Amino acid sequence: MKSKINLKRLAAAGLACGSLLYGSAALAADTIKVGVLHSLSGTMAISESTLKDTVLMMIKEQNAKGGVMGKKLEPVVVDPASDWPLFAEKARQLITQDKVDVIFGCWTSVSRKSVLPVVEELNGLLFYPVQYEGEESSKNVFYTGAAPNQQAIPAVDYLLNDLGVKRFVLAGTDYVYPRTTNKILEAYLKAKGIKEDDIMINYTPFGQSDWQSIVSRIKEFGGEGKKTAVVSTINGDANVPFYKELANQGVDASDIPVVAFSVGEQELSGIDTGPLVGHLAAWNYFESVYNDANDKFIEQWHQYIGDDKRVTNDPMEATYIGFNMWVKAVEKAKSTDTDKVAAAMIGMQTPNLTGGTAVMNKNHHLSKPVLIGEIQDDGQFAVVWQTDGLVKGDAWSDYLPGSKDLIADWTKPVMCGNYNSKTKTCGGQAAQ
Amino acid sequence: MPRVLILLLVLIGASGLARADLHEAVAGLGSRSFDDKAQAIEQIARSGDPQATVILDALESRELVEDRANQRIVLGEKGGDGWVLKDPISGEALGTVGSRDARPVVINNRLRELIHNLRAVAALASANPLERRAAASQLVGNDDPVVLDALRERQREEDNPLVSGVIDTALNIAVLRNPDTELAVRLNAIDAVAGSLEPAVRNVLRDRFSETDASSEKRAAQKALASIDARAERYQMADTLFFGLSLGSVLLLAAIGLAITFGVMGVINMAHGELIMLGAYTTYMVQQIFPQGHEWSLLVAVPAAFLVSGFAGVLIERLVIRFLYGRPLETLLATFGVSLILQQAVRLIFSPLNRTVVTPEWMSGALQINPVFSLTFNRLYIVFFALAVFLLLQLVLKKTRLGLQVRAVSQNRNTARGLGIRRERVNALTFGLGSGIAGIAGVALAQLTNVGPNLGQAYIIDSFMVVVFGGVGNLWGTLTAAFGLGIANKLIEPMAGAVLAKIVILVFIILFIQRKPRGLFPQRGRAAEE
Amino acid sequence: MRHSDLKTALTDRAAKVFIGVLFSAVILVALLNLLVPVDSALHVSSYTVTLLGKYLCYALLALALDLVWGFGGILSLGHGAFFALGGYAMGMYLMRQIGDRGVYGNPNLPDFMVFLNWKELPWYWQASDHFGLTLLLVGLAPGLLAFVFGWLAFRSRVTGVYLSIITQALTYALMLAFFRNEFGFGGNNGLTDFKDILGFSLQADSTRVALLIATALALAGAFVLCRWITGSRLGRVTLAVRDGESRARFLGYRTEHYKLWIFTLSAVLAGIAGALYVPQVGIINPGEFSPLNSIELVVWVAVGGRATLYGAVIGAILVNYGKTVFTGVMPEAWLFALGGLFVAVTVFLPQGLVGLASDLLKRKRRTPPTAPQTTNKESPHEPA
Repeated sequence: MKSKINLKRLAAAGLACGSLLYGSAALAADTIKVGVLHSLSGTMAISESTLKDTVLMMIKEQNAKGGVMGKKLEPVVVDPASDWPLFAEKARQLITQDKVDVIFGCWTSVSRKSVLPVVEELNGLLFYPVQYEGEESSKNVFYTGAAPNQQAIPAVDYLLNDLGVKRFVLAGTDYVYPRTTNKILEAYLKAKGIKEDDIMINYTPFGQSDWQSIVSRIKEFGGEGKKTAVVSTINGDANVPFYKELANQGVDASDIPVVAFSVGEQELSGIDTGPLVGHLAAWNYFESVYNDANDKFIEQWHQYIGDDKRVTNDPMEATYIGFNMWVKAVEKAKSTDTDKVAAAMIGMQTPNLTGGTAVMNKNHHLSKPVLIGEIQDDGQFAVVWQTDGLVKGDAWSDYLPGSKDLIADWTKPVMCGNYNSKTKTCGGQAAQ
Repeated sequence: MPRVLILLLVLIGASGLARADLHEAVAGLGSRSFDDKAQAIEQIARSGDPQATVILDALESRELVEDRANQRIVLGEKGGDGWVLKDPISGEALGTVGSRDARPVVINNRLRELIHNLRAVAALASANPLERRAAASQLVGNDDPVVLDALRERQREEDNPLVSGVIDTALNIAVLRNPDTELAVRLNAIDAVAGSLEPAVRNVLRDRFSETDASSEKRAAQKALASIDARAERYQMADTLFFGLSLGSVLLLAAIGLAITFGVMGVINMAHGELIMLGAYTTYMVQQIFPQGHEWSLLVAVPAAFLVSGFAGVLIERLVIRFLYGRPLETLLATFGVSLILQQAVRLIFSPLNRTVVTPEWMSGALQINPVFSLTFNRLYIVFFALAVFLLLQLVLKKTRLGLQVRAVSQNRNTARGLGIRRERVNALTFGLGSGIAGIAGVALAQLTNVGPNLGQAYIIDSFMVVVFGGVGNLWGTLTAAFGLGIANKLIEPMAGAVLAKIVILVFIILFIQRKPRGLFPQRGRAAEE
Repeated sequence: MRHSDLKTALTDRAAKVFIGVLFSAVILVALLNLLVPVDSALHVSSYTVTLLGKYLCYALLALALDLVWGFGGILSLGHGAFFALGGYAMGMYLMRQIGDRGVYGNPNLPDFMVFLNWKELPWYWQASDHFGLTLLLVGLAPGLLAFVFGWLAFRSRVTGVYLSIITQALTYALMLAFFRNEFGFGGNNGLTDFKDILGFSLQADSTRVALLIATALALAGAFVLCRWITGSRLGRVTLAVRDGESRARFLGYRTEHYKLWIFTLSAVLAGIAGALYVPQVGIINPGEFSPLNSIELVVWVAVGGRATLYGAVIGAILVNYGKTVFTGVMPEAWLFALGGLFVAVTVFLPQGLVGLASDLLKRKRRTPPTAPQTTNKESPHEPA
C-alpha cells in the first residue's frame, strides 16, 4: 500500500515539473515576434554575438519608426551555445513555444543544416546571413550571405587577370565550406587552363595553431618562379597564428598574396595587422566603403553598442539587408504568414550598404556586388577591385558535376529548390 | 615593365619636372585606376623633388589622403577625432577635417612593390652594407634592364664581398635568362651560381635544363641543380627539426606548470589552461597600460603574469582544492568547474572577441641564415625562454627552502608534517608556483596565437599528454616528452598532414601508456602508488 | 539485496518506484501530446516530447557511467565517445533511409558523398541498409572499442587518473578523426536531414512519442539490468575492486576481467543511448566526441549522487533541464551556474543530491523513533 501512495505522489511531482516545460505560450497578438538564434556562448560566440546585437539594433530602430504594420516587434533571444543539436532544439522552441514569425540566425553550415529540417517541418522562416558553400535552397530559408560565385570565383578572377597569378594554394580548414569552395575553384581553375601541378590543396583542423610546416611549404611552392597566391578558407581562430607565421617567415603580400574568404574586419580586430598589409579578402561589403548609408549604419552601430572601436562586417550587412527585406515583405504581404511573406520576398529590393541595391532572386539568394579589399595597418580593408554590377547568387554551382544541372526556383510553376533542368524533375522537397 | 624609365632617372638624379607638374602628378593619385596611379608615382619619382620621397612615404603609410570636400590630395595625419591636413608640396597647414571627411589614397600590392623596388634601387647606394645587401636580395630575379644596369653600376664600386656576391647572383640569373647569350658565358654563369640557394637560381637552372639544346649546358645545369637540391634538402631537415623544437617548447611551456600541480601535488588541474589564458590577458593588459612601450612591455608582462596567475592559483587552492587532497578525481571535476567560471568571467569582462597583442619589433621577422633556411625570431626566443623557465624552476625546486619543502610534501605527506613543515602553506605556495608558471606560458603563447577566452582549452589536453607521457612527478620527463612529441609531430606532419599527425601521436601515447602506465620516467617508491 | 537474481531486481522497491515514476511521466506526456487538442492548455507540444526524450537518453548515458564510475571506480572521461559511436551507427542507418530523397537525388550515396565526388559507398556503410544490422552495430561499435581499450588498459593495470586521462585522449582522437572528411562520416557537418525510421516519418508526432517510449523502455531495462548486476556476485566483486583493487587481487580475483566486463557493458549502454538520441534530435556530428561533453556527463552523475543508479538519472535530468532553462533566460549565466555546480557538488556534496536527501531523511527519522525503517539503506557505499 505504502509504495502505491508514494508512486502517486511522485507522479504528481513529475507532472508539476512537466508543466514548467510548457513555457509561456504566446498570449499577445499585438506584437510580431522575431526570433534571434545566434550563439552567445561557446566557440562561435566570438562571431555570432555581434549579429545578435545587430538584429536587436534593427528591431529597436524599426520600433522607433512605428513597428511593422502598426505592431511592435518583439525580439526573442535564445542561446544555442555553439552546440549543433541545440540549434535544432532552440529553433523548434522558437517556432512552437514562442511562436515567432521569423528567425534570424545561424553562422556555421552545420548549425544551418541542423536547423533546416526543423524550419521545413514547422514551415518557419529563417534568414541566414553568412557566406556559405551553396548547394542548398530551401523554401523556408533566405540566404543573404554570399554563395561561392559571389565571393570565391570573382576573387580568383582578380588573381588571374589583375595580378597574373599562375599557381594557387587552396588552404582551408577541414569542413564543408572550404571543401566545397575548393572543389569549385579547382574545377574553375582547370577550366581556365591552370595545370594540376600548379594547384596545391591543404586542409588543417579547426583551431590549428602551429603553421610552421605549412607556411614553409607554401613558401617553397611559391618560390618556383611562377606568381603564386594563396586562396584561404581558413576559419576563425586558426587565422591569427596563420598570419603571424606568414609575417614571421617573411611571406610578403607582394610575393605571395593571400586572399581570404573568412577574414573580415571583426577577425582582424584581434590581430596586429601591421605585417599583413596588402593581403586580400573578398566580400560583398567592407566597413571602409564610403557612402551615406554606410556612414549612417556605422554611426548607429557605434551608438547602439556604446563603443566607437567596434567594427562592422559583411555578415552584419547581410543581416541588415535580410531584416529590411523581411520588413518590406511583411508590409507587402500584409501578413506574417510564412508562405505569403516568402512569396513577397522574391524580387524584393532594398538598398545595400555599398551604395547599390540588393535584389532577392527566385532561388532565395541575393544579387550582390563583389569587392576585393587589401588589409591596411589599421585593421580595415581598402577596396582595390569590384565587380561592375551585381552578381546573382547561385544556389547550385556550375562547376560541380553533381549540381551543374540543378537550379532553384521558388516561383510557380517550378517551386523547387533542386530542379533538375535536364530531367525536368524536382529532386528534393517538392512544393505542396 | 613600363616603369623602367623612372628607376633610371631616380638613379642618375635627374630632375626635370617643374613644381606645376608635381602638383598635377599628385592630383593624379586621386584617380580610381591603379594604372593612372602608377603613372602618377612614376611622375613624382621622376620629378627629383626633395618632397617626392615624403609624398611616396606618405602614400605607403596611408598618410596621403583625399580631402573629400575639396577633392584634392593632401598629406593627412590622424589626430584627435579627424585628420590634420597639410599641403603635400609646400607643407603648409590646411586645417582639420572629420575622420570620415578624408580618406587615404588606396594603393595595391603592385604599387607597393613599385615603391619598394624604387627604394631598393636607391638603397643600393646606402652607406650601410647590410642595407645594400637587403636591397640587392630584393632585386634578385628582377629582369628589368634598368634594375640590372643599376646593379652593374653598383657592382663596379662594391667592396663588400657579401653584397657583391648577391649582386653577382642577380646578374648571372639575368645572363641565364637571356636567350641570346653565348654558350660559354652561360656555362660560366651556371658555374658561378651553382652554390646559391636562391629559389630564382634553381628556377632558372631548371629552365635551362629543360630548354637548352647544348648537352654541355644540360649537364652543367643538372649537376648544379643536384648539388643545390642536396643542400636544400639538408636545410629542410634542419627546418623540420627547428619546427619540432619550437612546437616542443610550446608544449613544454604549457605543460611545465601542470607538471608541478599535477605531477608533484597530484591535483588534476583542469583549470590549468585558463591560468595560461590569464597570463595571456595580462600581457594584453600590460600593453594597454603602456601603449608606447610595446618594445619592452613583455619584460613587465612576464612577472605580472606570474603574479596574476599565481595569485589566482593560490585562491583556487585555498577555496577549493584544499578540501580535496587525496581525491584526485574530485579535483578534476572541481577545477573543471573553475575553468568554466574563469572562461565565462573573461568573456564577460573582455568580450568574447580576441584581443590584439602587439609583437615587439625584436620578435618579428626571421634570422635569415640563407635563402632556404631561416629561424623565426619569435619561435627562437620562445625555445630559449622555455628552457630558461625550465632551468629556473629546477633551481627553485633544488636550491630553495620552498623547493625542499615541496619535494618533502610530495614524497611523503605525513613524514613531512612530522618534520614540522606547514603543509597548508607549502601546498598553497606550490600550487601558486605551478599556476604562476602557467601564466608565464601565457605571455609566450600570446605571441603565437589568439588571445581569447578559448585559449586555454586548446592546450589543456596536450599538456596532460606531455606530463603523463613523460612520467608524473618528473620534470626531466616532461622536458623530454615535450620535445620528443614536438619533433615527432613535425616529422609526421609532412607525410600525413596536420590532423593525422595529431591523431597518430595521440594513439601512440594511448598505446604507450598501456605498456608503461607510469610514463617514460616513472617515479619509484611509495609515492608512486596511488 | 543479498540473494539477488533478476526477479528480485525487478521486484525490489527502488526499481519499482523508478519504473513507476518513469512510465507515469512518459505515458502522461504521450497522452497529452497525442490526444489533447493543440489549442488546449493541457496539450504537451512535440517540442516537449523530444526534449523529454533527449533528457532520457542522457539519463541512460549517465546510468552507464554510474555503473563503471560509481560501482567500478573507473572514472571514464571517454563515455561521450561510446555515446557518439552508437549515435553514428544509428545516424548511418537514417542516412540510408533517405534514399533518393536527398538534394542531389542520388539513390546510392548520401548527399555529402555526392558533393565530395565519392563514387561508391565505403564498406563500413554496408551494414547500415538494414535495421537489424544497425542495431547490432549500435552495440558492437562502442562495445568492441571498449573491449579492446579496456583489455589493454586493465591488463597493464592502468588505473585512476591515468585511465581517466587516456580515455580523454581516446575521445579527443576520435573527434579529430571524425572531423576529417576523408573518414566518410560527413566531417564537421555530420549526419543530418533524416526523413524516416522503419518507414515511419520522423516528423510525425506518433513517431516522436514512440521514440520517447522506446527510450523509456531502454532506460527502465538498463536500470533493472544494472540493479541486478550490482546486486549480483559480479557487482560485489566490482565493488571490492573499487574499494581496494590490490586486496581483491590478492584474494584471487582476476580483477581486470571484472573491470573489463563492466566497462564493455557500460559502453554498450552508452551506445544505445546515443542511438536513441540521434533520431530524436535529428543530427549527429563530431562535436559529440568533444572531451567537454564527457566531463559534463561526469557532473550529471556527481550531482545526482553516484553508486545509486537512480541518482545518475536524476542528476542528468536536473542538470539538463537547468541548461534548457538557463540558456533561454540568462545565457551569460549558464557557464557560471554549471561551473559553480561542479565545485559545490565535489566540495560539499560528495554523495550528490541523493546522498543529501537520504541524510536529511535519516535525520528526520531519527527524531520519531517509531518511524518505519527504510529498506533502501545500503545505497551510498562509502569508499574505504
